[in-house]
Amino acid sequence: MKVTMTVNGTEVSREVEPRLLLVHFVRDHLGLTGTHWGCDTSQCGTCVLWLDGQPVKSCTVLAPMADGHEVRTVEGLETDGQLDPVQRGFMEEHGLQCGFCTPGMMMTARWLLDHDPDPDEDTIREAISGQLCRCTGYENIVRAVRWAAEHSGEEQAEPQPAETEQGVQA
Amino acid sequence: MQTPAPVDYARATSVDHALALLEQLGPESRLIAGGHSLLPMMRIRLAQPECVIDINDLTDLDYIRVEGSDLCLGAMTRHATVLASPVVGEHYPILHDAERRIADPPVRNRGTVGGSFCQADPAEDLAAVGSALKATLVLRSAGGTRTVSARAFHEGPYTTVLGDAEMLTEVRIPIRPGAASAYEKVKRRAGDWAAAAAGAYLLLRDGVVADVGIGLTAVGAPHFCAEDAETYLVGKPPTEEHIAEAGRLAAAACTPRADQRGPVEYKLHLVDELTRRVLRRSVERAGGRAEQ
Repeated sequence: MKVTMTVNGTEVSREVEPRLLLVHFVRDHLGLTGTHWGCDTSQCGTCVLWLDGQPVKSCTVLAPMADGHEVRTVEGLETDGQLDPVQRGFMEEHGLQCGFCTPGMMMTARWLLDHDPDPDEDTIREAISGQLCRCTGYENIVRAVRWAAEHSGEEQAEPQPAETEQGVQA
Repeated sequence: MQTPAPVDYARATSVDHALALLEQLGPESRLIAGGHSLLPMMRIRLAQPECVIDINDLTDLDYIRVEGSDLCLGAMTRHATVLASPVVGEHYPILHDAERRIADPPVRNRGTVGGSFCQADPAEDLAAVGSALKATLVLRSAGGTRTVSARAFHEGPYTTVLGDAEMLTEVRIPIRPGAASAYEKVKRRAGDWAAAAAGAYLLLRDGVVADVGIGLTAVGAPHFCAEDAETYLVGKPPTEEHIAEAGRLAAAACTPRADQRGPVEYKLHLVDELTRRVLRRSVERAGGRAEQ
């Protein structure tokens, strides 16, 4: 069947099997491999992306269920070569080691800060409780989100060179 | 990699359309709302429907409102919406207690009230809450609407009284002015299913229990509730002694299974302890301390 959705602002259409999971749609059909595919059981949260502005676990959504809807992936955080404060926070505070949980963490953190620009530690820990991290003990992730909260709206000193493909081929 | 077996997909645009699709596609079709129980089961092929009927467009079933003397939750209301609802918190804090402990925030953004009831997982928190609150479920089919008590809705693990071409549209909870309520869950880690959980509401009048409901999760309680404990408490003051006996009676009615979340003895201990805790907390929330 054909599915059409808006991904990071670009409308895309693909022919898919109805059983295709959204995580595989964005990774394998759109080449957006920033969204990771982890536990397959809705536990680890690395596959979290936004569906109509809400963080959801994309391993537990069928691609056809996103037909006609709006998706934002971790690739959609960066705008015009400027990393999102959340992305910079993870760099500044060493919020990742292996990086596997990072896309889900960042998408959840961005949503949190959009709704609560100055969250305390408990609020951050609750917000990221749908993601598992096996490297950081969460401490640095919490610091990274706090960093982002404190540096919200600031321009990045040196814009990131656009090394990676961020766009989606429509 | 876990992938569902090949399946067809249909999208319903209204309740009537969903019912017509169920009728047309037959008993091997399944409604899918949040999908956070059905899709994991499809991935490990425990469920292999021929067709899933997506009901996420039925936003007219996404509501929380007071109608007459009932608090009404539409079947498509997301867990996150229930958790954020002031009107829910005003009447039944038990729902906020429970929702806060259901899965995790991204799952709660997607999972629905109706899905929780219809999945009929023995560890489903809302089934026990609905049972504790003696909720009424509104079921619709092409033939019309019928209602069934939450305590009579589940026939066993993963089975309900729903007909093949019938769907749950609403959960109605009688508002009991002055009633207090609470839910407590023990789980191994954030986001886990309950090892055991208990929920209760309590209505006190002149210092004695006028009305009470006790729900139990994941412990093999018949109809997710503790009827003996309820019957025992009515007409008695909520003293520590009576609360302890209610906990004992609740545990006596349960037949939990040993699994990775603990042995039978441990779960029975949890039923006893958690029943007492939610009764005590309800008494506290009702404005009085349990009399010693």
